[in-house]
Formats: sequence, structure tokens, C-alpha cells
Amino acid sequence: MHTVHWVLILAAVIYVALRLIPGKGWKIAPAYLRVVLLAIAAFLTLTPFIWLICSAFKDKTIMMQYTFLPPVSDWFNGSLNLENFRRLLTEVYNSPQGPVYFWQYIVNSIFLSCTITSINILFSSMAGYALAKYRFRGRNVIAFVMIGSMMFPSMLFLAPLFEMIYKFGWMDSYLALIVPGAITVFGIFLFRQAMVGVPNSLLESARVDGASEFRIYWEITLPLVRPVTAAYCLITFLATWNAFLQPQIFVQTQSKLPLPVVLNQYIGLYVQEYGIFLAGTLLAIIPPAILFFILQKEFVAGLTSGATKG
Amino acid sequence: MSANVKKSKGGPDRHPLAPWMFLAPYLVYAAVFFAYPLLYAGWLAFHQTDGPQASVFVGLGNFKFVFTDPMFYKALSNTTIYAIASICIQLPIALGLAMLLNNSNSRMKGAFRLMIFSPNLVGQIFVGVMFAVIFTPHYGLFNKGLNALIGWGLEEQWLQNPDLLLPALIIISLWMYVGYNMIYFLAGLQSVDKQLIEAAQIDGANAWQTFLHITLPQIKPIAIFVVIMSTIGSYQLFELPFALMKGQGFGPDNAALTIVGYLYDWGFNVGDLGTAAAIGWVLAVIIFTISIFQIKVTRAYDVD
Repeated sequence: MHTVHWVLILAAVIYVALRLIPGKGWKIAPAYLRVVLLAIAAFLTLTPFIWLICSAFKDKTIMMQYTFLPPVSDWFNGSLNLENFRRLLTEVYNSPQGPVYFWQYIVNSIFLSCTITSINILFSSMAGYALAKYRFRGRNVIAFVMIGSMMFPSMLFLAPLFEMIYKFGWMDSYLALIVPGAITVFGIFLFRQAMVGVPNSLLESARVDGASEFRIYWEITLPLVRPVTAAYCLITFLATWNAFLQPQIFVQTQSKLPLPVVLNQYIGLYVQEYGIFLAGTLLAIIPPAILFFILQKEFVAGLTSGATKG
Repeated sequence: MSANVKKSKGGPDRHPLAPWMFLAPYLVYAAVFFAYPLLYAGWLAFHQTDGPQASVFVGLGNFKFVFTDPMFYKALSNTTIYAIASICIQLPIALGLAMLLNNSNSRMKGAFRLMIFSPNLVGQIFVGVMFAVIFTPHYGLFNKGLNALIGWGLEEQWLQNPDLLLPALIIISLWMYVGYNMIYFLAGLQSVDKQLIEAAQIDGANAWQTFLHITLPQIKPIAIFVVIMSTIGSYQLFELPFALMKGQGFGPDNAALTIVGYLYDWGFNVGDLGTAAAIGWVLAVIIFTISIFQIKVTRAYDVD
């Protein structure tokens, strides 16, 4: 019998005991069972993260010995240290173009994600604004093309895109990642959905006051849909931060690579010393986690706003 | 000046070119990165290429090759098994968790939702890197955990055994995406009319009957949406097995070969973009057909 079994048996015993209490027990028992089941699900979800954090700080001599952490008595004799992080950040990768430190990849990822996210929010919200707040000939045709374009899987465009990037001379340039990622149809519809709700009278009175069309969009409409902007910011940031295929194909110079491509290399590079690439993975998932904790409320609302209306 | 006249027509519309100015970035994008590559993908599919420079017209040769290649059928069957397992295992669990959450008090709801959703923040590559270690025989977290729970699996070579590689992928994707789908189901459940449920309970319906006849029909639109999105996502699986196999091949007996992996291999390892484009079209047709089929089936069920 393992501890796991005792915990499960205990939970079952408490449930039976609650059900046996006359009257009130019938109502408490299901609520209790709900919490137990959700706690099990949350525990199973979080365990790999806890394991990742523990592994990143474990010395390589005890890496295999304990699943999570060594006993507390061993914590301060060097079993837990920053050696994995030290080696990750100080060891150089000797590429043909010169030595590269790990911090370079972090900078690359932050630069790429921030650039693409900012440009994408601007362009997607502009197009969403046009669809939401103007009536013009061809609007329906454009909306139809947008919906149609969503039906094609992005993988279909991979081979032609490769040829195009090659002909544009964008190979090994960030332009190959930034320009095709500058706008998404999903984002356009997200902003359109939100901007339809902005009252026309507000825009009309700004127009009477002589505001330019762009100022009405930039200074009145966009601030009013801030929750959707926040949600879309996080969605786009996550997508670019985690993107692997495009940088893997279009970027060759080692010092220009973003984190996912590099960590995929590191599994092969540090075959047995996985404390090092686990420390790298931990560093790589911290920035999106921070952004998520800041924006989580808006994120969940934004994620489902398109689906619930349907 | 003419503002009042325009207003009476319904929308604020001053400059005839204003909407086009706002749409300009999209129009350029749609022309360069949608319309042109779409036509180009059509052209490429009928050509054999060697890198981006050389090409020869081969008619339906690329499609003929793909449909006679046993590797394609291997990729197709792996991906289909993965997709079916994702829908049949992941979505019921996601719905179950959403229902548990929907009945909980709000503070607990927020905390559990956050925790169960959290793996979705982590990219497939990072997840692959983590789970390449988690599935280590004897020492890995998963092997140890399974052994503690059911006394089996400590020495199983999840990533080296062709029979266990696909189940390992399904387990990882369950961990990654169950919270994501749960969020959608939760949004659907929150819009279910509570009075209807109470009315059913007063009429003596049990929990299962209430679920089947009241809750399920009301969350059907969102359920269809989730099923279609999961199918589309599953058929485009690539990065997770790629990282799990350490970027070297597709595992023993190609057990981790997916359709997109097959496309990637032809386009960027072999350098035959024509065949890659043909595989892309096959994938597009598969996804399109399945989506239509799913919509039709769920509509047909509606009539009964």
C-alpha cells in the first residue's frame, strides 16, 4: 500500500460518513465529493510543474535519487543549488558565427513576442474597427473572405511560404516571422465583436467636434475595448512565445534563435544532464505565466467570447 | 455638415475611404500571405521541387506518391487514433470538470479553473522537453506515479516502445488541453437556464435525466464548437512528438509520425516542397471533410 491509496481510502470513508449523517449529510456529501475530485484534478495538473521546479534546483548527483526534493536535512549540504542555472547561463554554444550565451535566446524571444504582439494588436484592431463601425460596399465580401481563409489549415501555407520567404530574401531574418504574423483573422473578429458594442453616438459626437477618423479609433474606441485588447495581447504573446515551426524553418543563425528552437536542441545537447535543460524550460515558462496572472480574468472572457455567442 | 443626413442612414460614415484605410494592412496581408500562397500551394502540388530553385511539372504525381506511400497511411492512422482519443477521453473529462466547477462557489471556482488551465500556457515544445524526462523508465515522474497508484509501469519504456508511444502522446495532450476545453464548456454551462433545471428537478427528474435532456441540448452549440476545434487541432499535431523524440525522427516504428510531421519531413528534410504542398492539400481536405461531417451528424441528431 502506498500513501496514495491511504489518501483515496480516507476520502471515500469521509464521503460515506457524510452520507450517513441524517438530513444535512445528504447535501454536504456531494459538495464534499466535488471538492475532492477537483482537488485530485488540480493536483495531477500541477505535479509536473512542481517536479520541474524541484528538478531545476537539484544537483545532478541526486537528480535520479528523489522524485521531488531530498529530505530537509539534505537541503543545505549542496544537494539543492543553482548549479543548473549557472551552467545554463554561463556555458557558451560555439556556433559557426561565434559563441552564444543562453541569455541571448531569452532576449530574442522577448523581442520577437513583443514586436509581433504590438503590431498584431494594432493591425487586427484596425481591421476589426472597420468591420464593426463602417458600412461600405464590399464589407460582406471581405468578411466572407476572412471566414473562408480560416478554413484552410496553416500547414497548407508552409511550403509556399518557404519559397516566398526565400525569394523575398528574408531567410534568416526576423522579417520572415514578423510580417506573416502581423495580423490574424481571429483577432479581427475578436475586436469586431467587441467594437460593435461601442455606441455610435460617441463616435458621431467626436466627429462633430472635428476628430480625425484615426483619432476616433485610437483615442475613443480602442480604450473602450481594453479587456479584449488585454485578452488578445496574451493570446498573441503566448502563440509567438511558444512558436516553434516558423523559427525552426526560417532562422538559421544560432544567435538569432528563440527559446523553443533552442530548448529542442538542448535535449540532444545535454542528453544525460537534463537538470540544465529543465532549468531552461523553467525560465522559458515564467514570462508567459507572469503575463497570465496579470491578465487572466480578461483572458478567459476573451477566449470564450467568440464561442458563446454562436 | 452632412452628418445628420448620414446618421439617419444608420451608421457613422464620413470619409468613403476611411474603412479602406483601416483595412489596408489586412488587404495587403490577405493578398500576400493568403491569396498568393494559396494559389502557389496549388501550383506547387503539381510540381516536383528540389529546394526553392528547381521545379518540374509532374501532374498528379505528388498525390499518387502520397496515396501509395505506406508512411502516409502510418501518419494518417496515428493522427486519427490521436484525434479520436482526444475527443473521446479528453472532452468528457473536460465537461465533467466544468460541471463540477459550475456547481462550486465562486472563489474556489476561480482557483481550480486557474490551476487546471495552467498547462495550456506552456508551448508544446516545452511540454515535450519536460515529458521526455517525465516518461523515463524507473526514474521518471510518470513511471513512479503510476507505480505508486496501480503497482504497474515502473519499467515501461513509454517513448521507446512503439505500442506505448501513442498512448503517451494522448496522456500528455490530456494534461495540456483538458483545462482549455473545460473553459469553453464552463462558459456554455454558465449560460444554461437555471430555471429549466429547477423545473425539471421539481418534476422529479434525476441528475442524469436533467443532464441529458436539459443541460446537454443547451450546451450543444459550444460542444460542437469544442469537438470541431479539437479535431482540427489534433490533425495538426506536430511539435509535441517532435520535441518528445528529441528532434530525431518519429520514434520506433514511426509510432509518433503525424501528418504534419510527414509534411515537415518532405518539405524541410528532403527538400521536396511540391510533395509537402500536396500533403498540405490532403490535410486540408481531411480537416474540411471531418468538420462538415461533424456538423451534419450533430444537425441530423437534432431532428430526432
